[in-house]
Amino acid sequence: MKFLRRFLIRLSHFATRRRADQRLQEEIAEHLALQIEENLSAGMAPAEARRQAAIKLGAVHAIREHHHAEHGIPFIENLLFDLRYAVRMLLRSPGFSLIAIATMALGIGATTAIYSVIDATLLHPLPYPNPSELVRIQDDLPGVGARGVGISVPEWRDLESSGIFQSAAITGTGANVNLTGTAQPLRLSFKQVTPNYFAVLGVDAQLGRTFNPHDATPGYNLEVVLSDGLWRREFGADPHILGKAVRLDNDVYHVVGVMPRGFRDQGSTSDEQNVELWLGAGFAGVPFPPPLRSSRQRSRVVIARLKPGLSIAAAQGHLDALVESLTKQYPAEYPAQTAWTVRLIPLTETVVGSVRQSLILLFGAVGLVLLISCVNVANLLLARTSVRAREIAVRQALGAQRTRLIRQLLTESLLLFLLGGVAGFGILFLARKFLLQLIPDSLPHMNDIAISWGVLGFALAVSVIAGTVFGLAPAWLMSRLDLTSTLRQEGRGAGGSRQRSRARQALVISELALSLVLMVAAGLLLRSFWDLFAVQPGFNPDRVMAIETWLPGPNDPTMDPYQTATQEAVLLREILSRTRALPGVQEAAVGDEDSLPLGHSHPSPLPLIREGIETMENQAPVIESPIVSPEYFHLLGMPLLRGRIFSEQDIETTPQVAIINQAAANTYWPNQNPLGKRVRLHLDTRGLASSAEPVWTTIIGVIADARTESLADAATPQIYRSVYQRPAKDLAIFLRGQLDPGAVSAQVRQQVQAVDATLPVFHAETLDEVLSTSLSVRRFSMEMIAFFAATALLLAGLGIYGTISYVVNEQRREIAIRLALGAQRGTILKLVLRRGLGLAAAGAGVGVAGALIVSHLMAGLLFGVSPNDLPTFAGVTIVLTGVALAASYIPALRAMRLDPITTLHSE
Amino acid sequence: MKKKPDVLQGTLALMVLKTLDLLGPQHGYGIARRIEQISGDLLDVNQGTLYPLLLKLEHEGAISSEWGASENNRRARFYRLTAVGRKQLQAETRDWEQTAAIIAGFFNVKAEDLR
Repeated sequence: MKFLRRFLIRLSHFATRRRADQRLQEEIAEHLALQIEENLSAGMAPAEARRQAAIKLGAVHAIREHHHAEHGIPFIENLLFDLRYAVRMLLRSPGFSLIAIATMALGIGATTAIYSVIDATLLHPLPYPNPSELVRIQDDLPGVGARGVGISVPEWRDLESSGIFQSAAITGTGANVNLTGTAQPLRLSFKQVTPNYFAVLGVDAQLGRTFNPHDATPGYNLEVVLSDGLWRREFGADPHILGKAVRLDNDVYHVVGVMPRGFRDQGSTSDEQNVELWLGAGFAGVPFPPPLRSSRQRSRVVIARLKPGLSIAAAQGHLDALVESLTKQYPAEYPAQTAWTVRLIPLTETVVGSVRQSLILLFGAVGLVLLISCVNVANLLLARTSVRAREIAVRQALGAQRTRLIRQLLTESLLLFLLGGVAGFGILFLARKFLLQLIPDSLPHMNDIAISWGVLGFALAVSVIAGTVFGLAPAWLMSRLDLTSTLRQEGRGAGGSRQRSRARQALVISELALSLVLMVAAGLLLRSFWDLFAVQPGFNPDRVMAIETWLPGPNDPTMDPYQTATQEAVLLREILSRTRALPGVQEAAVGDEDSLPLGHSHPSPLPLIREGIETMENQAPVIESPIVSPEYFHLLGMPLLRGRIFSEQDIETTPQVAIINQAAANTYWPNQNPLGKRVRLHLDTRGLASSAEPVWTTIIGVIADARTESLADAATPQIYRSVYQRPAKDLAIFLRGQLDPGAVSAQVRQQVQAVDATLPVFHAETLDEVLSTSLSVRRFSMEMIAFFAATALLLAGLGIYGTISYVVNEQRREIAIRLALGAQRGTILKLVLRRGLGLAAAGAGVGVAGALIVSHLMAGLLFGVSPNDLPTFAGVTIVLTGVALAASYIPALRAMRLDPITTLHSE
Repeated sequence: MKKKPDVLQGTLALMVLKTLDLLGPQHGYGIARRIEQISGDLLDVNQGTLYPLLLKLEHEGAISSEWGASENNRRARFYRLTAVGRKQLQAETRDWEQTAAIIAGFFNVKAEDLR
């Protein structure tokens, strides 16, 4: 308290600039007078009395300084002093200041931009209270190589009552539902969740309520919670929405609540995070299959909130024990060879997932750019030594302390860096709209990217740290001037000390090395991207469009107009014949969402049971299983290798047939003819309520592999089934021909709704667009890194130019003498260029070593190119050397054209 | 000649407070004289160092000051102990005595006492 009071009084003195000096002087005068009087009365001579009084009082000046320091805050006063001086110095050399500030603005601005993305994605991935307690529960069957096989309802109940979690909820991974009764039938993204879902997340409704966590309805409880966006968009933010009925897939639900604005669901894709409806369900009654321990659903996720204070590792320990006891209790359900395990994964990790690596790479790259900018500015600061050496030497000669000098120089560099940081932040803030457009939509949490206070804080912190680190070294070196030699050199400017020129060279070499690392990274990414772009996808996306629709799936199957394949086939055939007649259309086909090449976000593989090999679905490998119409393969140009394609005669009542791709044939029937083999795909997504004995499906054809999952992955095993035998709700209509992408959506909608007016039609895309979107994150990171590499190269070029100019300037006497003695001008040129080349070689050497490390770290992001790719390394080194030579050429020319007579005279 | 001990920072403040407590309001010179007298000229203080200390105590609220007239009718600044200062003096006196007692205990201890 006392300290605080003292500080506040001093602060107020400082702020009001009140001086206590006058008062002190008066007091001292009085003090001296009294002392002299006393000395006189003690019998001293007047002169002696005055002398003794002064001695007794002590050094008046020191006392005044002490008194002044006690009165105000000397630290801040000095800082202001230094700042004023620094501003004056910056204004005195505006060219230097401008370049330095612009360089730092670039470095800090770019770093801050990437940080703002990372802040929204990696650092704040979960907008829920106590996010560290949230986990995702995944179960694997490592014994048969199956991961994420899904959790059955009895298993979920075991987890709920295990005491490890506050609560655990089942959620779908998001699906679509048709909302009818509005102007246009809408396809909305919904999630079916157990009623305790929102309790697990810890978020409440802004209007009404969420589901009652203790609700134990086995099927759908017919309650719906809306997102704020949907409520505003489709219901005009109706405050009386609670209790109203909405028709979803022909079932009537009642609105019980509206989630707050800004609430974002968890999940790894933007589709999942943009869910607009939540339906409460127990997952244990119609339309869900009976809750058997063995009926696992891959499309379901269990998330849970750990008991407070329980670490993930500890919880995993408890869970392992639970799994072990369950395995003993139900040996038939959990055969030993499948090695059933249950894992806890922090929810954070599952949300950011795949982009983490790209973002970290970007942040690393931008960090290098920042480092290079800092090095460049440090280099500029050092270069100024020659200009300011005299000034500093004079101040030192007058008794300035070294620490005081360093403090002042540091203030100058900090001011430079801070101005740069503020400028960079300002530019970023003004350009944010434009920059956000560059970011691909597929990035999770795209909408949360904001230039916030935290981001500003980051920019300032980076400026201050960089300014301190990179300002300290030049300040240190500057304050170690050799006084006599500097002062003796009159106006010539200091011939830099050896130390300083060595420091400069080290800085340039590191700049070159860092930019080489960045350029190699950019080169490798560019080559990967190019290879991916050029890769044969195995299907032909030219002139193909996909338009999606969604058939309702009411909870009561008997209410479903498209319950059976036969019923659905009527609709599909009608849609196909109508769309085929549209202008420009040459071919048409339909498939489910899984058949959309590169476009489907929720692959849901099914257990594959081969006749005579697997006996229990628990032990089966899993396989992706798109459902398509017979025209699909021809439309996409996927050639048949053996057997036959589906025909129009393969229908519900004829034997079930399937087509596999080459990869599936190689994986599951190596060295055998797969034609005629029989399989069963159990746990199918639809029709589970009718639990008739599943029938065998015969393989009738093998098609060539296609990269329909990801361009980067060679084909994954696929088994295709006919939509006329296996109805699907999530449909895509494929059209090939001379199509007008702008008009197709409306034309198809008209035709589809002419057949059934309740069907929504949405999301028309050309396959070329889908292809390019699937590469968008890669393209984004490649473009950014290429941009950073170009910036780095430019900065490094400037750095080497500055250093060589400086060296030439320093040696101009020597060069003039050589010229006067008859040296060839060409020799001088070579002399200077060799210096530049020397620096470039050193930089390249260090850089190649660094680049090798970095390229191996980013191997996961590369495609078709080795991390040690020789052409990339060689090309980048040549470019760097070329730039270094070009940058040295201008000062070299200047050296060559030096006039020996004037130069020698002027010295 | 034996060197006169330097005055410890905190001790000087304590002496100032005690002086003001004993003698009532005093000007700077008066305080310096009293301290000199009481310590029996054993302390060697540059009397000027008193003034920054007085300012500090004033900022802390332990003393207050105002202009007045000295014995021979000259303008002088008088310092007076405040209630806060009095409390501080009591507290510091207690602390000091305690410390002194502990140190004294150490000096008086004999080897036999520790057996």
